[in-house]
Formats: sequence, structure tokens, C-alpha cells
Amino acid sequence: MIRTTLAALLLTTTANAGEIWVTNEKDDTVSVISTETLEVIKTYETGERPRGITFSKDFSLLYICASDSNAVQVMDPNTGKILHDLPSGEDPEQFVLHPDDRHLYIANEDDAITTVVDTQTRKVVAQIDVGIEPEGMAVSPDGKIAITTSETTNMAHWIDTETQELFANTLVDSRPRHAEFVKDGAEMWVSSEIGGTLTIFDTATQAEMGKISFEVQGVHPDRVQPVGFEFTAGDSHAFVALGPSNHVAVVNAETYEVEDYILVGRRVWHMDFNEDRSLLFTTNGVSGDVTVIDVAKREAIKSIKVGRFPWGAAFRPTN
Amino acid sequence: MHRLVAVVFALCCAMSTAAEVTLNTNYLHVEIPLPPILSNLDPIPENIGLAGVLTGLKDNQTTGRFLDQKYELTETYVPEGEDPLVAAKALLATSPYLILNAPAEVQMAIADLPEAQGALIFNTSSGSISLRDGECRTNLLHTLPSDAMRTDALAQVFVKKRWTDLVMITGTHPQDVAYAQAVRQSLTKFGLDLAGEKEWAFDADMRRNASQEVPLFTQDFGDYDAMILADELHDFGRYVLYNTWEARPVTGSEGLSAVTWSPVIEQWGAAQLQSRFEKANDRQMTSVDYAAWAAMRTLGEAVTRTNAADPETLRNYILSDAFELAGFKGRPLTYRDWNGQLRQPIAIVHPRALVAQAPLDGFLHQVNELDSLGLDRPESTCEAFQ
Repeated sequence: MIRTTLAALLLTTTANAGEIWVTNEKDDTVSVISTETLEVIKTYETGERPRGITFSKDFSLLYICASDSNAVQVMDPNTGKILHDLPSGEDPEQFVLHPDDRHLYIANEDDAITTVVDTQTRKVVAQIDVGIEPEGMAVSPDGKIAITTSETTNMAHWIDTETQELFANTLVDSRPRHAEFVKDGAEMWVSSEIGGTLTIFDTATQAEMGKISFEVQGVHPDRVQPVGFEFTAGDSHAFVALGPSNHVAVVNAETYEVEDYILVGRRVWHMDFNEDRSLLFTTNGVSGDVTVIDVAKREAIKSIKVGRFPWGAAFRPTN
Repeated sequence: MHRLVAVVFALCCAMSTAAEVTLNTNYLHVEIPLPPILSNLDPIPENIGLAGVLTGLKDNQTTGRFLDQKYELTETYVPEGEDPLVAAKALLATSPYLILNAPAEVQMAIADLPEAQGALIFNTSSGSISLRDGECRTNLLHTLPSDAMRTDALAQVFVKKRWTDLVMITGTHPQDVAYAQAVRQSLTKFGLDLAGEKEWAFDADMRRNASQEVPLFTQDFGDYDAMILADELHDFGRYVLYNTWEARPVTGSEGLSAVTWSPVIEQWGAAQLQSRFEKANDRQMTSVDYAAWAAMRTLGEAVTRTNAADPETLRNYILSDAFELAGFKGRPLTYRDWNGQLRQPIAIVHPRALVAQAPLDGFLHQVNELDSLGLDRPESTCEAFQ
């Protein structure tokens, strides 16, 4: 059954050649998965404890948060060579690239700071005091607002990217982990790992619009811990990693209702789609693998062994 | 239900007015004489407990910065021989919030002071079961797990590993005796038996002759699955490991231990708390530090969510379903509303790694798996919270 599904997929995705790059937190490597063959095709060494991972707009550069090396590394994805390090502040965990393709907003987990780095001059542009253990990072599509969520302070901090100053701080449930702007920036979503919820904010007013909770059959609510999430084409649905419950939830982004739960690997953390968003790749930290989900069918179709504690995932096209 | 509504109401309306809130907290450390122990390897840090409170204070202050909420702390040490009640009275006159590092009987006396009525006091240092049972106090919450929570965690490991034939060596200090009693109760609770028990009765220096004495001392236990040590002051236990007649695992106060906190915990974001603590204190975080941190963070979390600083509002919120503390143990921590104990997973560790975390898989509970550890609602005879 799985084989036939795969064969069908291979036929339909050939126009979608690409790679999913996965950071392996406890192996100091990135694994490169072909979105066609669904196999690891390369593994490159990185600095210590790689976590956040993202590509430049033209996919010619790969940025990696090497947390324990206290640097953001810039890699040539065609060769796997580290070109240079960017100053990042201490313990960079997660970051987001501004739509200007130039500024990185970096969460410094150990320092309660968000660092803004200019990737061209390789200089720190600003450091902004935020709450304890900053982690989730997002930038609005128009580039005007950056978000940092702080895990112990339990807030989303709203940064004006022009002044690099905070203009709002909104409380969310315990241990916020990830943030995303949705629907052309009209909404901003934050996941709370220990609170077990997603909070949705109206970007214009920073007011809370709604909250989503999860219920996985046979799993104690305490273990249902939303972390990373990504949206399908058109932002119609969110796929939400639920950490140690080993499930990904499918949330209707219009009604805020949870429609499905998909069993994946252990401690599912972050994810990314292939080019046409027909396949979703989730990192499963404890089982050390990546689960491939058929988005239309909402089924896990394959597990791919990667390094130890896969953390972040980023897609790049290769055709 | 009424309480919850009240809390939500307080939250919404207080937030909109955004008045500045200041929470003053006192930390009281009552110094006690400790009996000498055999090894000099592990001195007890002078700032044990206080270092945890200060870490929690800094966490609260950072959050408070964004909400116009301020936190202040005054620490007081009562030297041996001085009356802790005098100090406690003076502190309670300045603030209703008191974080205690003191023996159980001193904590009871402080909680019973007329000045303490309506106060919110945190026990961060005593695992005494009676404090969570018949001797509970309505104004006393416990962030340190009870001895029963730790020994229940250990019993779950025994059941899971099918170590059913157990023996125990017990020290003679009151803490050892209390721990041994907790072990016996936990074994009964989980359907296990003690096949043998001996009291540690050596007065020699085991650093030199453990390899000669311990094999003989443990020989008459015969065969067994695991040995439990009740040595809460860490006097003799370390010399028992690898010196037993039978080659069997050693558990309890040494070896495979059930603890509140340990430097080997790095999952669930704990690495961040550990590194914050170590940077500030040049040492590793102990269980008492963790309990003290949790007390301070409990207050902070309640102030953040209610924007209030009066003890009644905070106590109601802390004991409500709305409260949850992210305690770096992989689950939200909440308080038992029948005896004021902070529910929390218990780490099963050896000195180099985390082995398991209780409640272990398979130990189910009709309400909350965490309540398979320690005094559950039907077991506790505490009436003060009703």
C-alpha cells in the first residue's frame, strides 16, 4: 500500500524537485533529503548544536543557528561549505529572515535578547531586550513587525522593525515556542508548548482573536504540546507539531477547529513543505527521523532516518 | 467555578487599567546544625535555596518589566540558637509572602502565628509527609515534593523493572528514619515487600574500610533484586555502592535516586534554567534551589496572570485550574487543592544521567497521572484546605 502510494507520488512530484534540509541538534550536522526520492542524499557538518535553519530568498545561501558555537553560520548549499559566520549574540536558537532578504532577527535563548544582524555588512544592527528564553521568531510579510516569543516570560513581543523597539507585549499560555504571520499578515499565531494551545492575534490591534486547544485520544493533555506549525497553500490549514504526543494536528485556519491528528515520530518539533506543499516533512527529535506526510490524504507515508535530535527543517527547490 | 470567574474578571479588568503592581517577598532561612558525615566531598552550598529564589526573582522581574509589575525580595538568615519565630513575625509584618527554608516543625510554628493568618507561605525544604497530611496548614504551600512522592517514584521503577525482592539499609538520623518509613509505605502502595532490613551501625571511617566491611554487612541479606538506602544526609551510602556482597543495583538516597532536581536534567528546556543558574552562582542547581525557584515563580506567574498583589487573589488563582507553572519538567505544574503540594514529575537519576521520569508509563490515574506520586486526595487527611 505504502509502496504504491509512493510510486504515485514520485510521478506527480517530478516537477517539484527539491530538498528538505534538517538540522541535527545533537550530531552537529544537517541532513539533506530529496523531496523526490524521500531519501537522505547528503549530510554536512555544522557548528555546535544546530537548530534554526533558513534559506536566503534565492536559495543561494543557507543560514544555520549554531547555538553552542554562538554564531549563525552561512553555508553554500551547493557545496556544503561554511562560507563565514555571522555575529549572532549568545546562544542563537531560532531566527527569521526579513523580507528585505538582508536582516536576520535572532532569538538569543540564554540572554533574553533579540539580535538583528545585517547579513551583508555582517554587523549587529540592534539588540532588543525581550523576555526570558526568547525562541519563536516571525516577521510580517510587509516587513514592518517582528515577533519574538519568550518561553519563561510567556509573551509575544512585538518589535517595530523601523525603530527596532518593542511596541507591544502580549501574554500567551506557558512556554510559547513558535510564531507565524498568516493571511497576508492579518493574523499572528503563537504556539504554547506547556499551555497546550495556539493563540491567534489580530495583527492590527494585537488583540487576542481566538485560542485553539488539542485533544489526542489516549494521550494525557499534559503531553499534548504544540511547537512548530506551518500553513498549507492559501493558508487554509495549519499543520501543528504536538511534541511528545507524537502527533501532528491539522487545524482549519478559518474556523480554528482541529480536523485531524496524524501519528508521526517521537517528539515532533518543526516542519516544512515541498514546493507545491503536497508533502510535509516533520522533524522528530527523540526518534531521530523525519516523517513524510501526504498533505491531501493527511497520512504519514514514510519515516526517514536522519541524525540525532533533528530540530529545524527548510525547503529549497533544485530545478 | 465562582472562583474561576472571579479570576478571569480580575484579569481582564486589571489589565486594562494597567496599574503598577509591586510584590514584596521575604525569604527566611533557618540555619540548623547538621551532624558530621563521613565524606568531605560535597559541601552544602551556603546559599542553597536563596540562589534558587534569586533566579526566580530575576525571571519574574524580566517579565514584570513588560507589564509594569515589580518584584522585591528581602532575605533573612536566622543563626543557630536564635528564635526563628521572632524573625518570622517581623517579616510577616512587612509582607504576607514568605518563602521558607526551615525544618518542618519550625514551618508549622510559623504558619500558626497569628501574624501568618491570611499569609501565603512556601515550604521549599521539608519533605515531611505529615506537613501534607494531618499537619497541613491552609497558608502553607509546598514546592518541594514530599518524601512520599519521591519514594512512590522509586516504587514505580521497581514495579516496572520487576525488582520485587528488595532489601533496605537505614541510617539513624531522623531524616533517614522518615525516608525509610516513606519507602515502606510506597512499597505497600505498589504491592511490593521488603525481604530484609538492617540499620547502619558503623562508627568507623568507611572511606578506608568499606571494601572490607560492607560485603560482610550485606552478605546475610542473601540474594535480592535491588538494595534501597535510607541515608538522606549522605553519610554512609556512597560507600555501599560496588561493595555489596551480591552484585545488585543500589537505589534510594544513593545510586539510582528519585529526586526533585538534578544537574543531569537537560530535557524540556531545563538546560536553559541550569545554565542561567550556573552562570549566576558558579555551582549546580540542587533540589532545594529548584523548590525555592518554583515558589518564587509561582508567585510571579500568579501576579502576571491576575495583575494583583493581594494574597487572597493570588492564593485563589494558584489553587485554581487556570494556574500552570512551566517548570522544565515536560508538563505543566499545578497545585493539589487538598494539601497545597505542587504536583510535579520526579526525576530518577544517577549522578551522570537521567534514567527515567516518574510517573512512569503505565501508571495511570483517573484524574492526573502525577497524582500517582505522593498523597492522593483520598489518602490525605489534610482538612485545612476544605
